[in-house]
Amino acid sequence: MNRRRVRFWAGRVAHMALVVLGIAVVNFFLLHLAPGDAAQVLAGEAGSATPEYMAALRRQFGLDQPLPVQFVQYLANLLTFNLGFSFRHGLPVLELIGQRLPATLLLMVASIGFAVLAGSALGVVAARNAGRLLDTAISTLALLFYATPVFWIGLVLVVVFSVGLDWLPVGGMTSVEAGYTGVAYAKDVARHLVLPAATLGLFYLAIYTRLMRAAMLEVTTQDFIRTAVAKGLKPRRIALRHVLRNALLPVVTMLGVQVGSILGGAVLVETIFAWPGLGRLAFEALFQRDLNLLLGILLCSSAVVVIVNLAVDLLYTVLDPRIELAR
Amino acid sequence: MSLAEPLAAAATAQRPARRGLSARLLRKPSAVAGLVLLSAILAMAALADVVYPLDPLDMVGTPFLWPGADPDFPLGTDMMGRDIASGVFHGARVSLLIGAVATLMSLVIGVGVGAVAGFFRGRADHLLMHVTELFQTIPPFLFAIVIVAILQPTMTTVVVAIGLTSWPSLARLVRAEVLRLRDGEMVQASIVLGLSDARIILTHVLPNVMAPIVVSASIMVASAILTESSLAFLGLGDPNIVSWGSMVGAGREVLRTDWYVATVPGLAIVAAVLALNLLGDGLNDALDPRQNRR
Repeated sequence: MNRRRVRFWAGRVAHMALVVLGIAVVNFFLLHLAPGDAAQVLAGEAGSATPEYMAALRRQFGLDQPLPVQFVQYLANLLTFNLGFSFRHGLPVLELIGQRLPATLLLMVASIGFAVLAGSALGVVAARNAGRLLDTAISTLALLFYATPVFWIGLVLVVVFSVGLDWLPVGGMTSVEAGYTGVAYAKDVARHLVLPAATLGLFYLAIYTRLMRAAMLEVTTQDFIRTAVAKGLKPRRIALRHVLRNALLPVVTMLGVQVGSILGGAVLVETIFAWPGLGRLAFEALFQRDLNLLLGILLCSSAVVVIVNLAVDLLYTVLDPRIELAR
Repeated sequence: MSLAEPLAAAATAQRPARRGLSARLLRKPSAVAGLVLLSAILAMAALADVVYPLDPLDMVGTPFLWPGADPDFPLGTDMMGRDIASGVFHGARVSLLIGAVATLMSLVIGVGVGAVAGFFRGRADHLLMHVTELFQTIPPFLFAIVIVAILQPTMTTVVVAIGLTSWPSLARLVRAEVLRLRDGEMVQASIVLGLSDARIILTHVLPNVMAPIVVSASIMVASAILTESSLAFLGLGDPNIVSWGSMVGAGREVLRTDWYVATVPGLAIVAAVLALNLLGDGLNDALDPRQNRR
């Protein structure tokens, strides 16, 4: 049993390494697709580096070498966590990403938490009232959110809650001038978090509502539910303990599938709300044509996706003991 | 309408197979709403040059006219005095065109990869599924941003970026369906008959996978429109073309005072995406033989 488990995770990790290698290949290819040679891309802009530095860069990345050698060199740099240097920010790319990643993770967790909790709740309510007016209302609302562009939701929320009602801050992560510490600081961040998290979460809320509704209806038809009904359990208890727990599986699967898309949505949301995360960094890199930084962000975001998917696999075995680890 | 409904019902009763599809689709109110909405947007795209022959990027009126303030500009003008209604009409053309062509590209890649992987199995399947997983791991929108940023934003690069990043889930779907059909009697019989692999895939396998592909396609056009507008919002659109996303992006600067500039094109995006999703849902129900007709 234990041996099987070790073998399974070893396989998963090996697989992960393969995926990361693949992403590195794609990144390398993109780097060479850019106009001009890679040294110019790496230097951010042709004008912002001295000729000596460009020559050094070319030597460091072996740009006078044939392509396969360059690729090996590139991989060696990656393995030593060298993603290059951003001249615009005057910092190594990895350090920049490390500074910005926590804000994005906070935003991701908040928005996903909101989407899963609210979406599942709405889905459960809709499923238990299937075919009635409440179900139609919830399904219509979900469809509307699903069709609305993230950036537009963000702008509308800003107009209503920040400009119109003046309840919440327009953007940023903290009120710098207030100089809060401790609990006050956490509260301040939370206030800044509400609108960005809601914006990013509303789109996914729609997905989870639809998914949860379908899963609940599907699970209800299964044998063990009939058994539970026959045992005389109360409908509420059946819905929560038997149906919900099993309906959670597709929700967890969806979580793994959605991480990548959420990271993409974060670019839009962070741009609108000036949230100091990875997405905003990507937007800045885009405008400063700092392609190397942009590629570094792409690589690290992909790594986040890989790690989250590993965590999802783990969660899956906890939720459903029937799932065998070994393949 | 009241005359058409019994007729459609009669058609279903007589010919349950092919004719039934449109009848079943028309019986779902949400699918009809989607069709009507989509037709309206298609008409807007088709008539853009007739109704608004001028370039939508031209200054034609006083800036910041609110919707309804001047009958000449029913949806108002933006900060540069451009007619918002004209932009919405011409933007419909851009959004639908980019959505359709990008989806076509995804369809070719996704169906190709899925069909080959599912039909040949073994090593080809292994390799193609690894590539698919790779493309699924890289965050698609970020990937699209990087592609457009590197290749410079034009209509073509936007289409390529969206097409290249949105095929993996379709490939998986097609592969699963093909794997199922592969062991069926029909394909086995074709192999015995000595038909070539290409012929079996094209004439026997793919026609039977059409239903889920059609459903996916309508949803994919919807998400391609969302992606295009998001790219344009970030300033990664073709600078010489008016698109709904770029209009929202431009309106953002005057959000505090003149929020209608960003709101109107945003509503157009919602309408288009909603229409395609409704149609996709309707097609899904109508094409699924297991679903009871309700």
